Amino acid sequence: MNNESLVSISDLTKEEILELLEKARKFEENPNQRLLEGKVVATLFFEPSTRTRLSFETAVNRLGGRVIGFSDASTTSSSKGETMHDTIRMVANYADLIIMRHHLEGAARYASEFSPVPIINAGDGANQHPSQTMLDLYSIYKTQGTLENLTITMVGDLKYGRTVHSLLMAMYHFKPVFNFVACQELQMPVEYKLFCEEHGIEYHESTDFSEEIINQSDILYMTRVQRERFTDLLEYERVKDLYNLHNSMLDNSKENLRILHPLPRVNEIAYDVDANPKAYYFQQAQNGLYAREAIICKVLGIDVK
Amino acid sequence: MNENKKKELAVAALENGTVIDHIPSDSLFKVVDLLGIQSLENSVTIGNNLDSKKYGRKGIIKVADVTFPESTLNRIAIIAPNAVINEIKDYEVVNKRKVSLPDDIYGIVKCSNPKCITNNEPMRTHFHVIDRDNMVLKCHYCERTEVKDKITLK
Repeated sequence: MNNESLVSISDLTKEEILELLEKARKFEENPNQRLLEGKVVATLFFEPSTRTRLSFETAVNRLGGRVIGFSDASTTSSSKGETMHDTIRMVANYADLIIMRHHLEGAARYASEFSPVPIINAGDGANQHPSQTMLDLYSIYKTQGTLENLTITMVGDLKYGRTVHSLLMAMYHFKPVFNFVACQELQMPVEYKLFCEEHGIEYHESTDFSEEIINQSDILYMTRVQRERFTDLLEYERVKDLYNLHNSMLDNSKENLRILHPLPRVNEIAYDVDANPKAYYFQQAQNGLYAREAIICKVLGIDVK
Repeated sequence: MNENKKKELAVAALENGTVIDHIPSDSLFKVVDLLGIQSLENSVTIGNNLDSKKYGRKGIIKVADVTFPESTLNRIAIIAPNAVINEIKDYEVVNKRKVSLPDDIYGIVKCSNPKCITNNEPMRTHFHVIDRDNMVLKCHYCERTEVKDKITLK
């Protein structure tokens, strides 16, 4: 087992999260640092994800490392029936670090148990995606100046949304207040509400995406409501536009409010919001680069000046 | 009392070895399987559907000249949480204890999530016991929780 791997955001202590945020801040000031000179990083995308792969590969390139890997398992021995175990063991002979995405849940945890080089989980099915959470945390930290005592409103698909679950788990260190806004079918699962109760985190649930809730918020975290999540398509038709954000809804919102979205968006944020200075989702994606540079250096034990 | 004594004798007294008592009747053969008793060379006595004051009906297993390691016996706690282990020496019970659920369960329980890596790679499952009283397990890999009634063995 390699203890330096990053599989889940809950593997990190509060101190480690704050350290990573500080490293990300340094990388934002100076993204091009040749800290990975002579190192080879493998990006193994058993499941395609262009956005995440490009962000990680850009991070490695800006750190002066070299990248090997694949972006689709159909071109590898997996399609011949090789186990993931054997693929990872083989690649670990070549690379100093493996960044992997897999459609099966728990794949990265398993790989971290036998891989001789560190593993970074770039998404395992509906389970974990810690670098997304780190970039969300960095975006919140950067725009609010702190992670403590913030009111965070999560909107849309709270049932299947991996990003909102991980963000919730990570924020528990920082005494947040949550508003969960979703239709009946896509409510926050009971286990996460129990998690809040066990840790004394205040939360409110609503099916109504009202301006009153928006006006209390420091962070508005929007997610996409996907058609395939519904068992009842009539229900989908009824609710699909109820959780969309329009610029006029932000008229009386707090000055420091920022709107986040893991992207891609479809209809849930109207295009008229983009010009509002409170819209932050594109910068958020850019922050992913700095967060990933920080994560890569942490797992390899490289100090950032 | 006399009745009970007769029943005990019905499944033969043991000179040395291990008696596993208070196994739910419907789990008896799973317990046999988990402990690998079918492949033992020793003499084994199995009783099932015996009257039990506490549980209605119970099963009992007597294995001569074998003491199982504690960790092996605790594997059966998932399906026989009230089982009692008696170590016998020279016809006397020298050690008597209940099985206890371990903190981590390896290789016994099957994950109910078809998208879990453990159902797709040749590997051992691993569950954390997160609630002992209500027997709630959490898969170490996909992090999904399994509640008592839904737990299936591999």
